[in-house]
Amino acid sequence: MAKVSKSPWLLHYDASSCNGCDIEVLDCLTPKYDIERFGIINTGDPFQADIFLITGGVNSQTESVVKQIYSQMPEPKVVVAVGICACTGGVFKECYNIKGGIDTVIPVDVYVPGCAARPEAIIDGVLKALKVLDAKQAALEAKGR
Amino acid sequence: MVMKAIYVILFLIFAPFIGGLLDGIDRIISARMQRRKGPSIFQPFYDLGKLFSKEMIAVNNVQLLLNLSYLVILVIAGAMLFAGADLLMVLFILSTADMFLIMAASSDSSPYANMGASREMMQMMAYEPLTLLVAVGFYLTTGSFHVGTIIQQPVSAVLWMPGLLVGFMFTAAIKFRKSPFDLSTSHHAHQEMVKGITTEMSGTTLAIMNIAEYYEMVVILGIFFLFFVNSTWWSWIVALAICFVLFLMETLWDNISARLKWKTVLYGCWVVTLVAGGVNILILMLDK
Amino acid sequence: MIPLLIAIPAVLAVLFQFVRNEKARGYIVYAGSGIIMLTTVIFIVRWVTGGAQTWMLYPETELIDHLMTAGDIFLMCLIIYLSVKHEKVIPIILSVLQTALVIYTEFTADVAEGPHMMVDWLTILMCVIIAFIGGFICIYTVGYMKGYHHHHKEVEDRQPFFFSMLFLFLAAMFGLVLSQNLVWIYFFWEITSVISFLMIGYTKSDEAVNNSFCALWMNLLGGLGFAVAIALMAQLHGTLQLLEVVNIGALLPLMCLSLAGMTKSAQLPFSTWLLGAMVAPTPSSALLHSATMVKAGVYLLIRISPALEGNLVGIIVSSIGGFTFIMASMMAIAQNDAKKVLAFSTISNLGLIVACSGIGVEETVWAAVFLMVFHAVSKSMLFQSVGATENTLGSRDIEDMHGLIIRVPKLAYIMGIGIAGMYLAPFGMLISKWLALKAFVDSGNVILVLCIAYGSATTMFYWTKWLAKLLCYHIPRDTVKDVTRKDEYISMSFHAIVMLLLCLFLPVVAITVVNPIVRELFGNTHDVLSMSVLTTMAIMLVSIFIVPVVMFFISRRSHQELVPIYMNGVNEGDNRFFTNSFGGKDHLYLSNWYLRFEFGRRHLRIPSIIVATAVLVVGFCLVIGGVSW
Repeated sequence: MAKVSKSPWLLHYDASSCNGCDIEVLDCLTPKYDIERFGIINTGDPFQADIFLITGGVNSQTESVVKQIYSQMPEPKVVVAVGICACTGGVFKECYNIKGGIDTVIPVDVYVPGCAARPEAIIDGVLKALKVLDAKQAALEAKGR
Repeated sequence: MVMKAIYVILFLIFAPFIGGLLDGIDRIISARMQRRKGPSIFQPFYDLGKLFSKEMIAVNNVQLLLNLSYLVILVIAGAMLFAGADLLMVLFILSTADMFLIMAASSDSSPYANMGASREMMQMMAYEPLTLLVAVGFYLTTGSFHVGTIIQQPVSAVLWMPGLLVGFMFTAAIKFRKSPFDLSTSHHAHQEMVKGITTEMSGTTLAIMNIAEYYEMVVILGIFFLFFVNSTWWSWIVALAICFVLFLMETLWDNISARLKWKTVLYGCWVVTLVAGGVNILILMLDK
Repeated sequence: MIPLLIAIPAVLAVLFQFVRNEKARGYIVYAGSGIIMLTTVIFIVRWVTGGAQTWMLYPETELIDHLMTAGDIFLMCLIIYLSVKHEKVIPIILSVLQTALVIYTEFTADVAEGPHMMVDWLTILMCVIIAFIGGFICIYTVGYMKGYHHHHKEVEDRQPFFFSMLFLFLAAMFGLVLSQNLVWIYFFWEITSVISFLMIGYTKSDEAVNNSFCALWMNLLGGLGFAVAIALMAQLHGTLQLLEVVNIGALLPLMCLSLAGMTKSAQLPFSTWLLGAMVAPTPSSALLHSATMVKAGVYLLIRISPALEGNLVGIIVSSIGGFTFIMASMMAIAQNDAKKVLAFSTISNLGLIVACSGIGVEETVWAAVFLMVFHAVSKSMLFQSVGATENTLGSRDIEDMHGLIIRVPKLAYIMGIGIAGMYLAPFGMLISKWLALKAFVDSGNVILVLCIAYGSATTMFYWTKWLAKLLCYHIPRDTVKDVTRKDEYISMSFHAIVMLLLCLFLPVVAITVVNPIVRELFGNTHDVLSMSVLTTMAIMLVSIFIVPVVMFFISRRSHQELVPIYMNGVNEGDNRFFTNSFGGKDHLYLSNWYLRFEFGRRHLRIPSIIVATAVLVVGFCLVIGGVSW
């Protein structure tokens, strides 16, 4: 069986980020970091994505959106929370409109801290997520049999 | 007869591999042009493997059916081309196949997929005249629409139809889904229309669509091949090499140009068709 | 048998004036259509068992000739009366001119006697189209008119008149295609023009009246052309036989007849009337303005096409046809009114047929006949389904047909078959297009090749977007009740079945029907389409029917999890709504792409009319000036 980790496509969603982490995520596509060498494509389409990469904490407006996009991704899938806001809510944690980190809404597999998270850290996090992805695929197949 | 069958079987088996490899090469070369390392050359196959292993989700029950029909009808068109059948018929079936793709995309009433489908129709409208003219050009040059006759000419058809070749190179970018004409779907990230025509396709459905695209790529290259081939054996090698070079040129063009607005695409293609194709046909008619 | 074919519908037409009971009228329509079809079948069987030879009939018809003269004068008076009533001048002038011309010719010119009617394969084919498509449209009308008057309370109920006109029209069409004498054809020709005029004005609204007069004067202009042709043939060549027109091949009469044919088949610059005709109730659009009456124009052109090969008239006719093909298909893109799209598509397809007959070689005429058959069936089917949809949805806007396959599946399937028949490989239209393209290349006409290349691309665009609209799997906001009556379904399913059979038995149709027609028009011929091509077609056909079915069963086996469509995560679990930026619910609304600013009628209509008029005028000048080609 083909390994999912050989061609992980990711979907990047900005839940309520200040755009710092978003810029770092886009940095990963540039020639210097080139995540395409791992076969990673930034698809922007949940139907085709394996990795859900979220920046920023969840607020009351994005909560339903995050849930829906997550539900539109086919199994196996992993969630990577990029930046401290996505991990815990960060400096906005106490705000009236912020629910907290992504894990308050959907299960998160990999946390990438930082403000903003460095591209190296993001790539590292994504590659860690790939291991989780493979494990999930194996589990799915075991269940299927 | 046996030869025909062999060609068809070779096409059926190897076309997706050739298409996939070309796609891999394309991705590496694009990456290198951008001073990136790029993925493995086998990346398209990894992608396909992954897509087939994913959970099946869909927005309705007909999309898979329509995508499968797209694939099969496209394969029939390709098989007819490689069996040496009528070129014009092949082109007609090719557009019928495309119709199934458009139906698949618009079957879900999703805004992005519908927009992609509309643009796909517009692209068809843009390239269709030239493909018909190419068939007419072959007919005028060789006296037959039959691929079997076209490849047995003493001289290559391109000598008579350079204008049509230029025009076909121009419009083939639409078929290869390359920039600047990559309006209906995109291999590049961050689009105003998400993934266009493929937005609602996931897993197996998308994999089928990709395989169909590989077949289509081979069919288009096959038509390029017809321009250069003649009755001598070495022309086959030359034609293959030229096809490869043409493909690389499409890659180059993809990388150095930005996407155009639809109007520019439509009028551009039509004008090129009229100037390069129409004049070429006129000269052929007067001469032959 | 021939008098019966004309008389039965004519008698029925009179009968309807006296039947006021709706139910009784329905029965009479069923019976009448049945009798007409049966008569036609018996007629054909007798003709075929008689050796399928060309029959030349009625050399001596003194009395009927006089009756026809009276009929011509009656029609003229009717036109004058109605024109005076509505204060129009042009129809009066045209009508008086042509009637005077024809009558003068009849009484002064010394014309060799000859047969007045002729039966050959082309006639038979036309009779089949008229009897069966026409008959079933009449049946459809029974149900449709009930629904129509249910929805349009403001329109006065004149159903007896409508049915009379329908059947009278059938009689006139039979007469038209069976006639061989020019004066006879002219008589029936004028009747169809007038009936079309009366039917367009059915609703008596201002728009309808204006459009009906537009149709009238354009058709009368064609009639004038016909009258001039009659006068010329009688005075210069001493004959009034259609066959002799072809044999003599004098350019000016041919040009005049072509003008008549082109006005009738709504070619540019005369296409305005067909668009205006869409205000009429749908059955008349189906019968007159797509399936039969406009076919009378191309029928005439096909008849004279052997004389058009390679001469000036042929070039003009084919240029106008090719030009109409592409311009009408471009203008169709910008329309969202289903009937308007159908009208433009009719004009455009007729343009292709006209272009084919203008080239006038075997291949093109073969393609023209084929196009005619397929167009008649699928277009009348499309008109009927649009009419039924309009009664059901209360709108004939294509935008409102979004997701018709869920809301009214039966109508959507019928419409889908019709649309597929109009342009998809490997249905009949495509094979004709293939053949036409080949023949245009052979005839060395680069303009026509370009026209067909661009025109087929634009044709594809407007059909595809309509088909895509139908097939959207969109859960409707409100359910609609299918109010289509059984009569309508009978007719539409008949058409759908005929369409599918025609496609499946395409080689058979080609060999047994179309080949003999071409052979008769051109003498001995080779087979236009080689058997290998036909087999390829058959294989393709089967594969395209079978592939989706097989795929249906394959895809059924796979289990799919259904999820909402992707709308950036803001749709509320239900594909019909999304959350807007104020947190409220908004309806999702998807619109087709109409390119109004590029291909709109506003931009293209005037220039195309000017160009076509110029071609026509220059053509007439050259022909009258006696420029040989």
